[in-house]
Amino acid sequence: MLKKTLLAGLALGMAMATTVAIAQEPVKIVYIGKNTGNPYFDSITGGFEDACKSLGCEFEFVAPATAEATSQIPFIEAQIQRGVNVIAIAPNSPDALNQVLDSAKAKGILVLTVNGDLVGNESHRDATILPVDFTKTGPNQVELMGSMIGYKGDIAILSATTEAPDQNTWIAAMNDTLKNDPKYKDMNLVATVYGDDQPEKSTTEMEALLSNYPNLVGVIAPTTVGIAAAAQVVQSRGIADKVHVTGLGLPSEMRDFVKDGTVSAFQLWSPYNEGWLAAHFAVGVLGGTIKNEVGSTFEVPNLGTITIADKNAMNTQAELTTFDAKNIDEFNF
Amino acid sequence: MSAIENPVVVSAREAAPPRPLWQVIVIRPETMTLVLLILALFGASLLSPYFLDFGYILRSFTLSAEFAMVALVLTMVIIAGEIDLSPAANMALSACLFAFAQQAGIPMPIAIGIGLVAGLVMGAINAIMVIRLQIPSIIVTIGTLTLYRGIAQVIAGDKSIRVPEWFIGVNNVLMAGIPVPVIIFLVMSIVLGLVLGTTIFGRQIYQIGTNEVAARHAGIRSQRIKMGLFLLMGLVSAAAGILTASRLGSVRYDLGLGGELQMVLMAMLGGTYIFGGRGTILGTFLAAWLLVIVSTGMTVANVLPAVQLVVLGVLLVVSIIATNAIYSRTQR
Repeated sequence: MLKKTLLAGLALGMAMATTVAIAQEPVKIVYIGKNTGNPYFDSITGGFEDACKSLGCEFEFVAPATAEATSQIPFIEAQIQRGVNVIAIAPNSPDALNQVLDSAKAKGILVLTVNGDLVGNESHRDATILPVDFTKTGPNQVELMGSMIGYKGDIAILSATTEAPDQNTWIAAMNDTLKNDPKYKDMNLVATVYGDDQPEKSTTEMEALLSNYPNLVGVIAPTTVGIAAAAQVVQSRGIADKVHVTGLGLPSEMRDFVKDGTVSAFQLWSPYNEGWLAAHFAVGVLGGTIKNEVGSTFEVPNLGTITIADKNAMNTQAELTTFDAKNIDEFNF
Repeated sequence: MSAIENPVVVSAREAAPPRPLWQVIVIRPETMTLVLLILALFGASLLSPYFLDFGYILRSFTLSAEFAMVALVLTMVIIAGEIDLSPAANMALSACLFAFAQQAGIPMPIAIGIGLVAGLVMGAINAIMVIRLQIPSIIVTIGTLTLYRGIAQVIAGDKSIRVPEWFIGVNNVLMAGIPVPVIIFLVMSIVLGLVLGTTIFGRQIYQIGTNEVAARHAGIRSQRIKMGLFLLMGLVSAAAGILTASRLGSVRYDLGLGGELQMVLMAMLGGTYIFGGRGTILGTFLAAWLLVIVSTGMTVANVLPAVQLVVLGVLLVVSIIATNAIYSRTQR
């Protein structure tokens, strides 16, 4: 009896010791990008890094060489094996990662999708951090395009990969808006092409659009690689007055095109804030100060009050930011 | 002929001492693969404290197990002097047809049957063009690689096709602590290794690859054997595709995209001679583990993907140089 009590006491003591040890260990966060060599993720990573500096968490960024549907799986497995506390990921596929993300969750890892979600498979992650309400991205882009071409003429979309979940959500919304909103009845979407987020392929696709559709007046490229490639083609051909390019781009990459008039305006959000918010949320949830429940709210420095919306989604800002010649110098990501 | 005219040469040849047994056993391409494998294990363990975990290595192997299974058959095809670059596309199309069938309400066993038959048909198409039309297999299978993937995209579009919940996760089913796909790979390695290494059929495959004309004159039905190999290739690719579907839980046209390169890499790393006639199942077996351990070791150590590509490239070049050197050394 005494022995048992002693043993129990010992076990309890050890349990307490480990709890203390765990509590003292910094939270380990990893962010898995879509692929390497994508400057967009540098900005998100910057947000994570700065947040971890102030919150005292450990952060690492990894990404596969290519943005294929299954290329992130070994990276997720490796992070589970490394014993990280939080896996944040920009998924390359809406469903190919389901099984491996489930096994991460089963190990007690907090799984967040950042800058893209598992559309239709939300149960395989704990929460998602999106820059804006993505349902507004499509309509916002169509409106910007319309304002540039006088709401009239043939337009095309230059996207990322055929299965990129975010882009496909936006393109669906663009199609919807063009079809159903009478304001855009004279705008005619003639083609949707895919540059696979590779500069060379995006350039080729853009060239093909110009030769296949001589009446083209506008191209929407809702991807940073695509819009830069499209702008490059328009700039080198000197046809900026005829074909208007817009979409989602990085101010740092688009600055020259805006200054020389190739692109009059484009949109984006602050990727930096996504990393900043994700790190604060993750540390808060693991520390018990934030409840990961729909409807609960919490404060994040510089961003104000964040509300966890339907499907455990959080946004860093309400509307897309439009960048043009007037304001582009204020942004440096 | 010359032997009869010049008996001196014959006696000189007979007098040449055979290579010592240890050389025959040790100086082989597979030995190099084994040495690299052991080095890789050491290197990966030094690189990251999280690497050396049997369960983790096995789990990581399941991610490549489907390719590794096909690579075993591909090894036999390459030894027979041919090549097949279409298996990854075959995996995608078979899996799409299988998934499409079961989604349309066809019972699972029949749906699996449809997938496997589709794989066989694809193998037969390759075989007919290579054997009957006498087109080089590298050209044929580059063509069908695009064709099969294209048909898969037509069938599945950009959508993914789901498989039922109970069918998902064959890689999570353990037998004696080993995931089922790894067991299938082990069994296939043993069976194909025995077939290639100990049967007359196996010897005939080597003879076809060494000199097909001579083999045919010796009465070996080379066309029939090649036909069989391409059919086996199709069947195993289809099975691999269905296993992948179970692992991922959904099927898209891009399933296994680029897998043919990994399969060829496994065969080459294992010492299979790209011009045929030489190679072993053991070599490919070891090479599959080598590839998984090298890439897993680097991924768990958060090594940059660019560096990983460089390491894999160096590995391949080194192994090809070594294979060539060993073969030219042992050439009579």
